[in-house]
Amino acid sequence: MRICVALSVMVALPAVAAPPPGASSCAGCHGGGGMPVLAGQPAEAIVAAMLGYKAGQGSPTVMDRIARGFTEAEIRAIAAWVSAPR
Amino acid sequence: MLGAALLAAPALAQAAPKVVVIGGGFGGAAAARALHRLGVSVTLVERDATYLSCPFSNAVIAGLREMEAQRFGYDGLRREGIAVVHQAARTVEDRRVVLADGDALPFDRLVMAPGIALHPDAIPGLDTEAMPHAWRAGPQTLLLRRQLEAMEDGGLVVLSAPANPYRCPPGPYERASLIAHYLKTHKPRSKLILLDAKDAFSKQKLFEEAWAALYPGLLEWVPLSSGGKVVEVDAAARVVRTEFGEHQAAVANIIPPQSAGRIAQAAGLTDRSGWCAVDPVSFESRQRPGIHLIGDAIIAGAMPKSAFAAHAQALVCAEAVAALLRGEAPAPPKLINTCYSLVEPGYGISIAGVYQPKDGLLADVPGAGGTSALGAPPAVRAAEAGYAEDWFHTVTADAFG
Ligand SMILES: Cc1cc2nc3c(=O)[nH]c(=O)nc-3n(C[C@H](O)[C@H](O)[C@H](O)COP(=O)(O)OP(=O)(O)OC[C@H]3O[C@@H](n4cnc5c(N)ncnc54)[C@H](O)[C@@H]3O)c2cc1C
Ligand code: HEC
Repeated sequence: MRICVALSVMVALPAVAAPPPGASSCAGCHGGGGMPVLAGQPAEAIVAAMLGYKAGQGSPTVMDRIARGFTEAEIRAIAAWVSAPR
Repeated sequence: MLGAALLAAPALAQAAPKVVVIGGGFGGAAAARALHRLGVSVTLVERDATYLSCPFSNAVIAGLREMEAQRFGYDGLRREGIAVVHQAARTVEDRRVVLADGDALPFDRLVMAPGIALHPDAIPGLDTEAMPHAWRAGPQTLLLRRQLEAMEDGGLVVLSAPANPYRCPPGPYERASLIAHYLKTHKPRSKLILLDAKDAFSKQKLFEEAWAALYPGLLEWVPLSSGGKVVEVDAAARVVRTEFGEHQAAVANIIPPQSAGRIAQAAGLTDRSGWCAVDPVSFESRQRPGIHLIGDAIIAGAMPKSAFAAHAQALVCAEAVAALLRGEAPAPPKLINTCYSLVEPGYGISIAGVYQPKDGLLADVPGAGGTSALGAPPAVRAAEAGYAEDWFHTVTADAFG
């Protein structure tokens, strides 16, 4: 009985691409409340900005502290996901 | 496998998995919306008809903002097709939530974000109608504001901060700052003493830098080692006693110790600390499988109890719940937290962190995070005050629609 429930549950949900690690947290700030909007920006621009913050370039208020928490590979995956318009 | 699952989906539409979310705060409301976006059928159980936000409620206490700016409703969720039930959840049986009116809601998985329970009884003599805590936004917030407004110039305001862990680590210090701003601008002969049950606190150097510049002689912080721990109060006489002596307050704001919200304990989800241990990948309870917990109620390791964290955890937890319902293992997440505090209008500071699962908890990603710079120019403080408001707009829109 229990197995039956579990199986029917499994097949009823559509598969969707999950956000890569860290990507969903960007939505705490970037979403249209006033901070820069990421959705619709080219992924390459987001990668460039993030790698710059990580390397200590510019004078951000907070993005340097956040970007240092991610590897370049993670940043590329996040950028591809957050740049998609939604 | 995947193809078969997709093909089979329409035929089994009635078998859509049911997820119940208890608590419609920053964590629960965001989780309900995220699950709904993932195609899960969600019912949100929230006791109150509207939600009052704690973030920015310190500005309400200091007369800088009105309470109605703190209020959020659930019509946005309803419009999207999320069922919202305004009932208190009484307990959680095997795969069903029992409501106060006796109804039961069955679930395949449950997400709980009940916030905190406050324990004023832990401080002998405390009566929160005489000495408000204002640590849940609502009537207590307005009571403290009225007491400050009614106080005569020259009065002593006593604020007491609890030991760790508690909701919003920088919150008591932001509150002390904004009350000091109120006193400075309205009742300049008054004083504020901040009694602390700790010897160190979040963003301490930044707060102390600001206090020295803005509120010299007005705001005094008393750490644990100098007699900061409140051992007893006489609420009617407004006397606050510490290990070292007593203070005759005109207004006293005692923030009591806390634990996970009561329903978490009723459901057998708390450990001896009074908080809920969870798996840091899926946010599933260590006590009861099938039940996930997020927000202030959980033991999150290095991640603080903040609205930012509750929201970030909600999005990760929703993905994990959806993955588990599909029969997949959730991937290890990374999460961000950022807490902004105001020390006066237009002067914002922040602390940020990036977290990942490690040894069964959420740990800081080494090298990331930290606080705003000490000695930064006013333009940077003003920018962060603006970003604090931007964050509030974004996160409340994401949680409540
Ligand atoms: C003064 C102050 C300032 C703060 N400032 C900030 C800030 O600037 N930034 C920040 O990030 N955080 C801030 N916080 C912290 C923030 O308020 C909390 O971390 C956040 O509210 C936690 O969200 P949550 O969803 O876990 O719980 P809550 O927001 O408390 O939501 C819990 C919900 O569950 C409901 N509920 C509880 N039990 C039941 C039940 N049995 N049945 C049905 N419903 C139930 C409650 O009614 C409530 O709506 C501040 C807190 C305070 C006190
Ligand atoms: C605490 C709020 C906050 C969070 C969380 C956050 N950001 Fe930012 N972001 C900012 C702010 C503020 C700026 C402006 C620069 C600054 O002051 O740091 C910014 C700027 C940026 C920019 C430059 C955009 C532009 O148009 O100039 C990019 C790209 C960016 N962030 C990406 C991200 C990504 C990716 C994440 C998630 C991994 C993220 N941010 C999480 C607050 C945040």
